[in-house]
Amino acid sequence: MTALTDLYQEVILDHNRSPRNFRAIEGATHSGLGHNPLCGDQLTLYVKVEDGTIREIGFQGKGCAISKASASLMTEAVKGKTLAEAEELFGRFHDLLTGPSDVPAEAKGFGKLAVFSGVREFPVRVKCATLAWHTLHSALAGGSPASTE
Amino acid sequence: MIDITLTPATFDVETVRADFPILSRKVRGRPLVYLDSANTTQKPEAVIRASDRFYRETNANIHRSTYRLSEEATTAYEGAREKVRRFLNAASTREVVFTRGTTEAINLLASSFGQAYVKAGDEVLITGMEHHSNIVPWQLLCERAGARLRVLPIDDRGELVLEELDALLTDRTRILGVVHVSNALGTVNPVKEIVARAHAKGVPVLVDAAQSLPHLGVDVADLGCDFLAFSGHKVYGPTGIGVLWGKEEWLEKLPPYQGGGDMIASVSFEKTTYAELPARLEAGTGNLAGGVALGTALDYVNAIGLARIAAHERALLAHATARLSEVPGLRIVGTAREKAGVVSFVLDDVHPHDVGTILDQEGICIRTGHHCAQPVMARYDLPATARASFGLYNTLEEVDALVDGLRKVREVFGA
Repeated sequence: MTALTDLYQEVILDHNRSPRNFRAIEGATHSGLGHNPLCGDQLTLYVKVEDGTIREIGFQGKGCAISKASASLMTEAVKGKTLAEAEELFGRFHDLLTGPSDVPAEAKGFGKLAVFSGVREFPVRVKCATLAWHTLHSALAGGSPASTE
Repeated sequence: MIDITLTPATFDVETVRADFPILSRKVRGRPLVYLDSANTTQKPEAVIRASDRFYRETNANIHRSTYRLSEEATTAYEGAREKVRRFLNAASTREVVFTRGTTEAINLLASSFGQAYVKAGDEVLITGMEHHSNIVPWQLLCERAGARLRVLPIDDRGELVLEELDALLTDRTRILGVVHVSNALGTVNPVKEIVARAHAKGVPVLVDAAQSLPHLGVDVADLGCDFLAFSGHKVYGPTGIGVLWGKEEWLEKLPPYQGGGDMIASVSFEKTTYAELPARLEAGTGNLAGGVALGTALDYVNAIGLARIAAHERALLAHATARLSEVPGLRIVGTAREKAGVVSFVLDDVHPHDVGTILDQEGICIRTGHHCAQPVMARYDLPATARASFGLYNTLEEVDALVDGLRKVREVFGA
């Protein structure tokens, strides 16, 4: 595969076309605003946490294919996870995109998130792929809006 | 190479391209297709050499020392100021203030003019087409002064709604800031008419010429404006050098912007008196090599001739507008009747950022995003656009490469 088809894998294009959990969540306990000033991407994240576990999660907003697909796949990946597990996954996901890696991503238990390993070849797009995750992090921390700048 | 000591030269795009070393490099194994000149222009050999030569042969601080080298540096820098004066058709080099660029020029004006003339309850008028650099300095001023920032709107085509201009020029309006050519839409604004209407109400006008000066040229005497700002790096010169031009009668009245060396006549702890124009508005050591190389860049543009450059870029714009319209799902944003070599567009549901990444794989450089003009994006309810913009070195074939690249974008996205 070329770097380009590695970046725009079918899973990413599918989640861009038909994002999952693309809605506001009634009774969300946490919400957050994410903003990427570089490309104007904006997303709002809604999370319902019960007993330290993410029960429901949804998002709305505008963004590029990478940021939209990342938000969509993230909601699938963290639903049902404890807050600690979600944070831990964010840490590993960030390393997957930015760190040197010889081990195939699939082997490290990323599941579908492994499709983002191609982003490593496009440093300027890492912010797009991590925007939703930064937003989740700040929503759960109850802090200020997330920005990739 | 275009001989900048002779003028005019004939315009042959391949000869011109040979003057720009960077255009022969490859990106990702493909020839560089640089379609982002509204962002910054590439530099001809002559400009690169002028900067290099200054450091190798002439470097010394100016206006300060009695030795030969300093005299040569001063002559070179002040010679560049004279070249700017001539390029703008300004009355005097006292009216040419070197800055870091358009942004600093407007900040200087907003700060100094604001301090002297803008009080609580006053109004500053700008347009809905401005770059952030002609919005935020005025916003900061208005917040400080308790003044009101008012905005002349734009229509669906990307033209200013001039019918509303007279009503927005009130007896509280202290200054009007207007962009000559929109960096986001390509619109050429009828600045001369706007200046005349503002002057009829006694309102001075600043023209942001960052996008017009390199492509259409500007004549401050003809435009009739009171202030004008531009950047060296958009006219084939270096970054970090630009100009605020102002009518001498106005600049004389402005308080200093920054204090420091070179802007004073005498300093004591009790009282400082200031230097004459333009030094009074130029504190500290300027970008000397940058200024000298800017002068060379203007020589280069003059040697080719602005009329030829404008005609060439008009042909590029016409070709791009026609060819891009053939791409299914593509919509051009900004369809003013008078446009410069800037084409903003959106492609179906493909985000401009994705367009930019895929074109980059083909060696094609375009700008994607909000173009430092978020209010313009908001006006058309777009988070971003893709933008191709032209310089004197672009070819029709490069426009065709862009169109081919966009077909590839559609393929990747299965459109």
